[in-house]
Amino acid sequence: MRYAMAMDTRKCVGCSDCVVACQTENNVPLGFCRDWIVESVRGTYPDTVKMHFKSERCMHCENTPCVRTCPTGASHVIEGGIVKVTPHECIGCGACIESCPYDARYVHPEGYVDKCTFCDHRIAQGMNTACVDVCPTSCLIFGDLDDPKSPVSKALEEKDWYVIAPEAGTKPQLYFLK
Amino acid sequence: MEEIINVSGRAVPHIYPHLEIWGAPIALYLFFGGLAAGLLFFASFFYLKGKADTMPMTVKVAPIIAPIIIILGLMLLLYDLHHILYFWQLFLHFRIESPMSWGAWTLSVIMVPAILWPLSYLDDIIEYLKENKPNCKMTGLLSWANDLIAKLPLIPWVLEIFVKNRNLVAYFTIFLSIVLGVYTGILLSAFNARPLWNTAILGPLFLTSGVSTAAALLMWMSNNPKERTLYSKIDLMLIAIELFFIIHMFMGMLSSGVAQVEAAQLLLGGPFTVVFWVFIVGLGLVLPAILEIMELRGFHIPIAIPAFLILMGGLLFRFIMVYAGQASGFGIH
Repeated sequence: MRYAMAMDTRKCVGCSDCVVACQTENNVPLGFCRDWIVESVRGTYPDTVKMHFKSERCMHCENTPCVRTCPTGASHVIEGGIVKVTPHECIGCGACIESCPYDARYVHPEGYVDKCTFCDHRIAQGMNTACVDVCPTSCLIFGDLDDPKSPVSKALEEKDWYVIAPEAGTKPQLYFLK
Repeated sequence: MEEIINVSGRAVPHIYPHLEIWGAPIALYLFFGGLAAGLLFFASFFYLKGKADTMPMTVKVAPIIAPIIIILGLMLLLYDLHHILYFWQLFLHFRIESPMSWGAWTLSVIMVPAILWPLSYLDDIIEYLKENKPNCKMTGLLSWANDLIAKLPLIPWVLEIFVKNRNLVAYFTIFLSIVLGVYTGILLSAFNARPLWNTAILGPLFLTSGVSTAAALLMWMSNNPKERTLYSKIDLMLIAIELFFIIHMFMGMLSSGVAQVEAAQLLLGGPFTVVFWVFIVGLGLVLPAILEIMELRGFHIPIAIPAFLILMGGLLFRFIMVYAGQASGFGIH
């Protein structure tokens, strides 16, 4: 099993519903977020200006520097390749924050490091993640890459895609559809 | 003009400034770690060379600084933890892949010889202070500590065993001090997300820099002209090695991927250029080297000047590496 997410940059309108859904579902403290929108504008004004949005979160990388550098093993990978943090093992040293090329982690006000969990409590019950379920344009697609029939496998087969900063070498599992 | 503007939803006050999570305490911790490693290295090395009596400062007196700054460094490290009440988790796990884990273990293990070594020489330290610093208030405190230790159970017995096996301990301490010195660099180089740090040469570079700050401190503290000249020569050699490593660090980065090139440019024209080249390389390495060469050629130069410059250079080097490293990245936003 290998959970992954695809994100259709053509469909996203940057409404931030995924951000709010995650904050509500996971009790993310005020002023913090586990997922976020990146707005990119490129081109030459006024002729070829293009804008697109990306909904980003922890990439649940296959090669996980955050797990490698954690001195206590609080950062770990669970079944399906989901990267999680155990709060009562985390000493808040910041090694995982330094080792994440995507800046996907933050220090929770209570002191431990917090991040996206791919809503593992929801997928254990056969549901989708909160951000996927709430997306009004259905631009987020979640599923198991090992299952060729899963929505994410199909999306990656049908469309062209890219990942962010592949040169960081972490094999990120959040794919952006072109 | 082709323009790309990226605006990240993470650019909120609670998250972005705070992701630059390491600051002054870590830089100081790395400095103290390197300095302690150097002091313990020289003490054990010259003890094994049979110089305990001809170089009393190195072997007997100066090592008392090591446990003090190791404890100070560990306190800074604890202060920097955000989940501090769970710090003991660090000592429930040993993870060889995580430099912070084996580094914390190394520091704890090296604490044993670092404390016992000066304790076993306490008589010599007190005698040295009485001879050279008659007004020093530390002498009274140390004599009191010495009397107290003699009365305590177990500790005199441990010290006796320690003194009997000092040769073995010295070999063990040399090994551990090198591990500690390398660790201060490897701690940073383990993070591939920060390209400025992500180079294996950081380990030997931090080791050399740490040992050179220790040599500078010993040169400063010693009142024996032969010992001073020896450390002048050692420092000159270490400065040459450091410059060699720094050049290689840049050569490696500039011939690597764009993230590494951009990281190197932080120090080659970027915001950290002046501090790095003027204060660290210029005032912290080249100038003290010149002063020491002049000293060895017979000019009279107060030893405090090159020693202070080297110590300041070593401290600044760690600050710059900690801050510039966190400014480097893969430019994703």
